[in-house]
Amino acid sequence: MIIAETLEQALEALAAGARPIAGGSDLVVAHRSGKAPLPAQLVAIDRLEELSSIEQGEDGVRIGAVVNHARLVTHPLIIDTYPSLADAAALVGSPATRNVGTIGGNVMNGSPAMDTGAPLVVLGAKVALQSTNGYREIDVADLWTGPGVTSAEPDELCVALSIPTPQASTSSAYVRLEYRRAMEIAVVGAACSVTLSEGVVSAINIALTAVAPTIVAVDGLEGAIGQPPQDVEALVQSVASEQASPISDLRAGAEYRRQMVGVMAKRSFAAAVARAQGEAIAVPVNRSIGIGA
Amino acid sequence: MNSYNLSVNGTEYPVSAAAERNLLSVLREEIGLTGTKQGCDDCECGACMVLIDGQPVNSCSYLAVQAQGRPVTTVEGVTTNGELHPLQKNLLEAGGVQCGFCTPGMIMSALAIEKASDGTEPSDEEIRIGLSGNLCRCTGYAKILDAVKKTLSK
Repeated sequence: MIIAETLEQALEALAAGARPIAGGSDLVVAHRSGKAPLPAQLVAIDRLEELSSIEQGEDGVRIGAVVNHARLVTHPLIIDTYPSLADAAALVGSPATRNVGTIGGNVMNGSPAMDTGAPLVVLGAKVALQSTNGYREIDVADLWTGPGVTSAEPDELCVALSIPTPQASTSSAYVRLEYRRAMEIAVVGAACSVTLSEGVVSAINIALTAVAPTIVAVDGLEGAIGQPPQDVEALVQSVASEQASPISDLRAGAEYRRQMVGVMAKRSFAAAVARAQGEAIAVPVNRSIGIGA
Repeated sequence: MNSYNLSVNGTEYPVSAAAERNLLSVLREEIGLTGTKQGCDDCECGACMVLIDGQPVNSCSYLAVQAQGRPVTTVEGVTTNGELHPLQKNLLEAGGVQCGFCTPGMIMSALAIEKASDGTEPSDEEIRIGLSGNLCRCTGYAKILDAVKKTLSK
């Protein structure tokens, strides 16, 4: 175990074959359950100051990779401007999980049931990847290629997530179906970002959680543009359900998931619209308007 | 093997253990502090809860080597000169201890709520959220909540 003191040291360790660990909440659990042994060489990145800040710039916010969920839930900028991300972070695990689990870890773990994924997609986030060979930013939707698989090279470290500043009259929300209020994983979930202009929808993005091998960015929502929000709910629900390709497992059957993800999409849309209209809906939406457990 | 020091309840302990050892096993088997319990070993039940830098952490799912340089508090560290912490007394009085297995973790989570509320009285909802990562298999939640509320009331 190398405890990196500088980013350079961490990148050199990755180039030499080590794997990064931040809080370890995915890696250590997977190791102890026998699902995946810990990598032979680890480099701890959780003490790197360079990766631990939330910085507001002219174009948007840059969230360091080791910012934990607890900080996202309590950060005024995230709550006010990117509330879907705060909705999602607030639902992750328990207080202990939110303390050690980082946004970079959540993104790079690549679970299709990850809560922060759908919000990051609808918010247009880019993931910043750095190695000793260079630096690049890619759309977060292009990062995930399968369950637990990313397009990042083994020597690339996720150093930050960048989210652009939304247009005026824009807001977002994330909701999920859950069977209990803590230590839960999304049965299905949906995030929506919506922009209103003179009472009609002028932009809309929806992404779905836990209904496909990766987070699904929903397309085919052009019919919503120019329509009053109340006339769009049925379209949002049906398009979201159609684009789900869920599996059946212990937690839910495929058909149930398909039906419910449409409902979650509709509710995330309604909450995002209400927020865009200036209504205060506290984080997380699940608790504020009674979705889930 | 990694050799390092852990600061637990204000005492420095030299540790020599494989990098993959979780904090829970090092606390119990290397340092000998067995108040922290192993429940699910899967980050679900909260029996292994400790404070690291004052924040609640499931020690089953946290590598011990990553705790170096970060003060760790376990249930053994909440008493003062052998005197029970007020929360421990209130748990006993309220009947908040049944089999007792979840109690150390509940105590650590409750103390984290106290720290987070920073001198103000936490709401019932804040207490419930603060304890939401701790399972009680005896299902004695009402009396645990009573004891925590009594301790944190102003």
